[in-house]
Amino acid sequence: MRSICFYFQIHQPYRLKTFRFFDIGADENYFDEYQNRTIIKRIVERSYLPMNKLLLDLINEYGSGFKVSFSISGTALDQFEQYAPEALHSFKKLADTGNVEFLAETYAHSLVSLYDSGEFASQVAKHSARIESLFGVKPTSFRNTELIYSDRIGEKVYDMGYKVMLTEGAKHILGWKSPDFMYCNAINPKLKVLLRNFQLSDDIGFRFSNQSWSEWPLTAEKFTQWLQDLDKKQQVVNIFLDYETFGEHQWVETGIFEFMKKLPQQILAKTSYKFDTPAGLAARLQPVSAVLVPNTISWADEERDLTAWLGNDMQDEAFEVLYKLLPLAQKTQNPDLQKKWLYLQTSDHFYYMCTKWFSDGTVHKYFNPYASPYEAFINYMNVLSDFSLRLQSDSQDYEIPTSKVPDLSIKKRKAVPAELKNLPEAELATEAGSSSIDIEVLFSLSKPKVKQFIKNIDIQSLAYTLYDRSGAELDKFRKKLPESYNEELTRLISEIKRPRKSTLEHHKNKIGEFIRSLF
Amino acid sequence: MKVLMFGWEFPPHITGGLGTACFGMTKGLLKNKVEVLFVVPKAYGDESEEAVRLINASDVLIDIHKKENFEFWKNITYLEVNSSLVPYVGPEAFDNLLSTDLKEEYETNSSVFDAKYVFSGKYGENLLEEVARYALVGAQIAANSQFDVIHAHDWLTYAAGIAAKKASGKPLVVHMHATEFDRSGENINQRVYDIEREGMMAADRVIAVSNLTRNIVITKYGIPADKVVAVHNAVEPTEKLDPVEYTSHVPEKIVTFLGRVTYQKGPEYFIEAAYKVLQRDNNVRFVMAGTGDLLEKMIRRVAQLRMSSKFHFTGFLRGDSVDRMFGMSDVYVMPSVSEPFGISPLEAMRSNVPVVISKQSGVAEILQHALKIDFWDIDAMADAIYALLKYKSLPAMFAKYGAEEVDNLKWENAARLIKKVYAEVL
Repeated sequence: MRSICFYFQIHQPYRLKTFRFFDIGADENYFDEYQNRTIIKRIVERSYLPMNKLLLDLINEYGSGFKVSFSISGTALDQFEQYAPEALHSFKKLADTGNVEFLAETYAHSLVSLYDSGEFASQVAKHSARIESLFGVKPTSFRNTELIYSDRIGEKVYDMGYKVMLTEGAKHILGWKSPDFMYCNAINPKLKVLLRNFQLSDDIGFRFSNQSWSEWPLTAEKFTQWLQDLDKKQQVVNIFLDYETFGEHQWVETGIFEFMKKLPQQILAKTSYKFDTPAGLAARLQPVSAVLVPNTISWADEERDLTAWLGNDMQDEAFEVLYKLLPLAQKTQNPDLQKKWLYLQTSDHFYYMCTKWFSDGTVHKYFNPYASPYEAFINYMNVLSDFSLRLQSDSQDYEIPTSKVPDLSIKKRKAVPAELKNLPEAELATEAGSSSIDIEVLFSLSKPKVKQFIKNIDIQSLAYTLYDRSGAELDKFRKKLPESYNEELTRLISEIKRPRKSTLEHHKNKIGEFIRSLF
Repeated sequence: MKVLMFGWEFPPHITGGLGTACFGMTKGLLKNKVEVLFVVPKAYGDESEEAVRLINASDVLIDIHKKENFEFWKNITYLEVNSSLVPYVGPEAFDNLLSTDLKEEYETNSSVFDAKYVFSGKYGENLLEEVARYALVGAQIAANSQFDVIHAHDWLTYAAGIAAKKASGKPLVVHMHATEFDRSGENINQRVYDIEREGMMAADRVIAVSNLTRNIVITKYGIPADKVVAVHNAVEPTEKLDPVEYTSHVPEKIVTFLGRVTYQKGPEYFIEAAYKVLQRDNNVRFVMAGTGDLLEKMIRRVAQLRMSSKFHFTGFLRGDSVDRMFGMSDVYVMPSVSEPFGISPLEAMRSNVPVVISKQSGVAEILQHALKIDFWDIDAMADAIYALLKYKSLPAMFAKYGAEEVDNLKWENAARLIKKVYAEVL
């Protein structure tokens, strides 16, 4: 029995708005609301809704004889929720039929699988939880961003608990072998691997409306005949497509919807093919052999590699700068920053920076908000600079009270400003004044006293205390310091970025207290 | 195929970019098996004749008794011209005009009916008179030579082109390197505009150096669109600069504007963008190299913004100094309000300096490895400058691809397109 497996990728990124360098530190909205809403509404209306309805009708007509599978990225789901809830509703109706499988992926359609296993797993878990809460079924099949795959990635995916993974049936990994069989991972054979039949998939996805193609026009009859002509021993033909193929890449006028409407009827009537989903296939089929993929592949471009997202200097710098933030981003408890962290990882941001199609591709211009890869890079880096500042300031909020001032818990610290608010202004003034008077004493200390002082005080606190000081007074004080100490202090002061007033006060009080105890 | 080409200057005696462009073009045409007879008002004898046969208009004998010559001359009106007519002149040349040209002795009292007229070949005050005489010579040369097509460069030579067409009956192609609007903004010299329009109307084809210029030709001169073709300029390959030779002596990064300080070049937008960058990043210096009628106003504006310690005016830069300036620069900005083509960003790119150029320049139409902004969009300009200073991979990308892109703008390719234009009118 031969099977045919239709799988559709649905992904939309949160496109960034124009973000100038002077917005860094001043504007915390990164995303182009208007553009994102407009694009989502347009695609939903032109493509997703009519195609969902078509599929629902087919399921109603053929019952369990017709099955499809989807992977919908978290960023697409979030935008449906915000801008087009009717799309979410429509996918739920498909889910309710039980004939539709939803796959897991990284929440934001990111490239994290190339960087960090822990973060990879965490983003997949987030997506899986979201799919389960929306559609009621926990995904068991996995598809990585743009079908990115390697032996190592496959191994990790199995460790996350997935039984089957989808990728591209790239020529350079298969050689003479056919993609139309169940394969398994080369490191861990327990992970089954389904390979995209790019010939037949691209006949629909790319060539369908191409009038200079020798096979144009493509009809359901013709396509069915091609399937029928394939070697009878083959197990499964995997047709993996962007869902926007229907109604966006191929306009309604090309007859793409009629084609898809007719295809199941032709296949079921004239061939022995059965429609199935990745989970169904994984349960039924045993792998014929391992597929060896030491170097990472994807389904993008002719090269089927990563060069659409990584490889030029800009993409690599952006990628490095982004993932340098990983430790801080993992620590933050701020839901807004957590969300932005995900959205900024979306692979599309890197895709827009690609320079390899300066000469050729128009394909990549599709919904690309930038006139050039350079603009894409500049805008992204500006946003990332702002995000990095916010992460840093956020981490200071959490670190200072826990590590350096054990006597003040987070809660207490937060409560202080509220109490202060209730104090009469006069009292506030004396409170602030008293510590600053003590600090003035600092400047009148003799050299030996200064030495004694710095031995006992945290240099970090001193840096904060002197942060907003300048002028002759400070210079005089510095001259009393040992040279290396002075250098270290200068470095620390220069590293302080936009401290909160409360942070400064806190350190000043600490120093002030110490001075009082000393003298 | 043989072309009779009218130019105004030829290397090494050039004051602007026109001569350089003509030189490259003739070499490119030769590679495409097109022979060129190049006419200049005044030949000095040391011009490179590797690609052309040069005809010195000053040596041409005119049959003054011929009736049509006489008629033609009678209809010419004189007009005093000023320096704003000068096409295509960089700051250095502009300086030369002011300092040396005025000293030039013209044989203006020589009679119209002299058999030979010695042209100055400069952009002096007697420009229109020379233009008219050049036309007379053009007709004579056309009558005495064998060729298939006439090609005339910029308005100075259009009258000669028309006269040659009348005398020989051969098709005429005129080449717009700069329009009167590019030189003078909206305050155009009506006489020059008329000559330009007359030339284009009489021509069988008009070649514009960019789509931008093509649009001006169509919309502002009313030339039928189907006879106007855009052929972008190219550049002559030169030896690479030695980057070690010219290095900056200040710790800060340097952002440079180099060009005439006139309205058309957009210097004020550069200043406003500099101000925005300096507010955020103090580790940068801005340089405005060149002079022009807006210079004093620009200096005042910089002082008013209190950034004179970070913003420098160099005045004119000549020859070597231009190369040195490029060598020191980290970013080159060309914020032109209107630029028919714009060769200087290409020179910067050759020195591995990343460029920010206005979308209102012809060169923006063909460059990919450049940051393009609208000249009025100060925010975008500031952002582009800031990014080039801050994000290391950007200059790395430009260093990797920029020079190569410029080297691929070959006159040979441009000449192939020009040859196609010739073929259309034959």
